[in-house]
Amino acid sequence: MSEQRKAVALISGGLDSLLAAHVIQAQGIHVEGINFFTGFCVEGHTHAIRKRDQKKEKRNNALHVAEQLGIKLHIVDIVEGYKQILTHPKHGYGANLNPCLDCKIFMVRKAHEWIRAKGFDFIITGEVIGQRPMSQRKETMPIVSGESGANDLLLRPLCAKNLPLTLPEREGWVDRDRLYDFSGRSRKPQMALAADLGIEDYAQPAGGCCFLTDERYAVKLTDLWRARGSKQYEMDDIMLLKVGRHLRPAGRYKVIIAREEGEGKFMQGYRRQYPHLETVSHGGPFALIDGVVDEADVELVARLVARYSQGRHADEVEMAFTDLAGQTRSLRVRPMRPEQIPQEWLI
Amino acid sequence: MNRHVIDCRRLLCPMPVIRVQNAVASLPDGSRVEAVCTDPGALNDIPAWSRINGHRLIETRTDDGEYIIVVEVVHGESP
Ligand code: SF4
Repeated sequence: MSEQRKAVALISGGLDSLLAAHVIQAQGIHVEGINFFTGFCVEGHTHAIRKRDQKKEKRNNALHVAEQLGIKLHIVDIVEGYKQILTHPKHGYGANLNPCLDCKIFMVRKAHEWIRAKGFDFIITGEVIGQRPMSQRKETMPIVSGESGANDLLLRPLCAKNLPLTLPEREGWVDRDRLYDFSGRSRKPQMALAADLGIEDYAQPAGGCCFLTDERYAVKLTDLWRARGSKQYEMDDIMLLKVGRHLRPAGRYKVIIAREEGEGKFMQGYRRQYPHLETVSHGGPFALIDGVVDEADVELVARLVARYSQGRHADEVEMAFTDLAGQTRSLRVRPMRPEQIPQEWLI
Repeated sequence: MNRHVIDCRRLLCPMPVIRVQNAVASLPDGSRVEAVCTDPGALNDIPAWSRINGHRLIETRTDDGEYIIVVEVVHGESP
């Protein structure tokens, strides 16, 4: 009996990677999944944080897909290595801060390192020619296989018939006739194939697989980089960009104000790392200060946060400010009026 | 029995899963990993990860706003 070949499938949690893995599995190949965590992945974080979303089903789509396929899933943390990709993408950004082409190359390169370490034979992705304007075009297909170093070990089962032969096809490990020739932006061929295979339950991500395609998120990240004078970020930064109202009264600091209880609770987890404010005399949001503040700034931030408290119409609101050393002091301030808050503060 | 507590407080999914996965990789069969999480998503994700990868879910419980998931390591045979 011939040796059973092994492939690793890049699993994003969407339909395309699910189909690609399924098609190859159906040809008798042993498939395992790999999923990369960049820190920006849309995995229900905001649902997990926001109280009003608590009842929504929270499941990791990549794990769900792996379970549907009955395959193992390896989740790989690439947060550190990804920083260079995001801050200096060789092929540039898409519509927002999404470096999709560099991101794809990086992930395939990591998958290639993985198969070499684990003794797997090839890599599969759910890419479809023309599906995405930046990263999935006819010209980008060879760029991804070449620059990642995977070359002909990278097979795209959903559009393989439109691409040159890969090693698994040449060697007869997989039958090219039973692969596909999808192309273009339409989702219909994938949906028809899913129906054929009896797959009904799948995620349909709008836009992309990560926060970097989100315009609001990109604006906040750009602001962070501008304020710091360089493109750098830590995990805490990218988490906090997902929550609260962000206002920047001055270049050297910004204020993050919780919009609801769940966000406040999540943000309290950061109270030892950031100076913060709470409303004492009334119900009010929790707020963090990111940056350097002096006495006058604290007073201004207190008035700003008080504006979002239940005491917004009161003459005076009592606030508690805690500095980085953990020292708390009380301030009595007059809440700002909405028209006193310049539009350009809002990030 | 070998019991390893992994602090996943404040981490959002999939970080708790990654922590459990990385801990399990270096532990022998029969060890138990206890993940202490604050993201309720871990209640779905860690059990799903265990099922997929053939490890045994021992229990999930909620304790004073924290979610505790205990998994027993089963490496089995690689194909
Ligand atoms: S949307 Fe995000 S995760 Fe997906 S390819 Fe683009 S940059 Fe990478």
